Amino acid sequence: MNANAIKAMLTSAAVVALSCGAAVAEQEPAPGVLVINGDIEITTEVKAPDYIDGLDMAYSGWRFRASETQAFELDDFDNPGMIFVEEAQVVWDTVDGSEGKSCASCHDGPESMKGVRAVYPKWNEAAGKVTTIEDEINNCRTTRMGAEAWDYNSDTIRSMNGLITLQSRGMPVNVAVDGPAKETWEKGKELYYARTGQLELSCANCHEDHYGDLIRAEVLSQGQINGFPVYRLKDSVLTGVHNRFKGCVRDTRAETYSPGSDEFRALELYVSSRGNGLSVEGPSVRN
Amino acid sequence: MKRTTLILASMLISGTAWADTAYEAVAFVDGAVAESLTGTPGDAAEGRKVMESKALGNCVTCHQVTAMADVPFHGEIGPSLDGAADRWDEAQLRGIIANAKMTFEGSMMPSFYKTTGFIRPGDAFTGKAATEPLAPLLTGQQIEDVVAYLLTLKE
Repeated sequence: MNANAIKAMLTSAAVVALSCGAAVAEQEPAPGVLVINGDIEITTEVKAPDYIDGLDMAYSGWRFRASETQAFELDDFDNPGMIFVEEAQVVWDTVDGSEGKSCASCHDGPESMKGVRAVYPKWNEAAGKVTTIEDEINNCRTTRMGAEAWDYNSDTIRSMNGLITLQSRGMPVNVAVDGPAKETWEKGKELYYARTGQLELSCANCHEDHYGDLIRAEVLSQGQINGFPVYRLKDSVLTGVHNRFKGCVRDTRAETYSPGSDEFRALELYVSSRGNGLSVEGPSVRN
Repeated sequence: MKRTTLILASMLISGTAWADTAYEAVAFVDGAVAESLTGTPGDAAEGRKVMESKALGNCVTCHQVTAMADVPFHGEIGPSLDGAADRWDEAQLRGIIANAKMTFEGSMMPSFYKTTGFIRPGDAFTGKAATEPLAPLLTGQQIEDVVAYLLTLKE
């Protein structure tokens, strides 16, 4: 069957759906290939993991954006998120706290963080819970450096997360969903499907059932988080995963959870797992 | 007497205008609501305004309506509303707007007249907690106005 025949069939299926009053199904994004700086190949679509019932394919949010937004990511000189990474590089080398240490004192250069972003959030045996990169940054600061913890949602921690994330660019996201993380993953899944607020909307309503569809002038993505931290053109700062979750939950006219809450840790693990196999892409650029 | 009781209950429960029927007193029959929520006939022109306003119904965020082509950017989440009046009668349309889940099980569409029974109800878009009952997303009269407008959408 040629492409036109398939398109005609899909169109008539859509007409049938409309006349029955049923919702329009999700739509695949247009094809697109992302190579950063001419050499880092980014996997922007991959078969979804078997344990994700609602998706056949996982797509990076990059695929759903307009070409002019996509273009910001092709070269790091055009990526405004890199400004914050450079700021974090200075902080990485700066001594802070009672122990007279910087990040570099123990970890040498940030390239030692290669692979970290790909597997977080991750079970931390000592903490007895799943932790995020933000948690581990603060763990280092308070227990190794003798420094104050940064606010979970501060600009500083988002930038440091960007520097750490950058080291894993192009590696496949591979968070563990079983073993000791299983309980947290299940909790995250429950939150993903909970229809919160006066609008009674779950993550799944928009990002599983309607990705690719227009909501007013915006195309809905799958809500994948492989690109975080993300530079949003309308915010002009790097945005963390929990901050983005908070914005979405608020928009359902619900009482939100806080960045750094156990609920958002669980949701981060679950949403990360929906994109296992996509490349670590952050710091990415979205509108 | 019963009607008076309902109206008083409405004022006590929802704190909305005198004439609005309380959500708890709205009679859904197979998803449809036969009785007006206010007793005042709907105004189609006002209903159109409710449908396009982001602060009110915001209907075009999810639904395409050819007759509203002057309003930019219609969504494609829900079905087109073209010909809605050919598919649904007044009572069915009133029921779908008041609580679409009574007609379409599990519908994504918000329940515009519902006031209680939410998960983590918030104070509008502030992200802060709110105590139920909430004011409904639309007043009874705004829903009557939208019904009046939808009844003009014939193909």
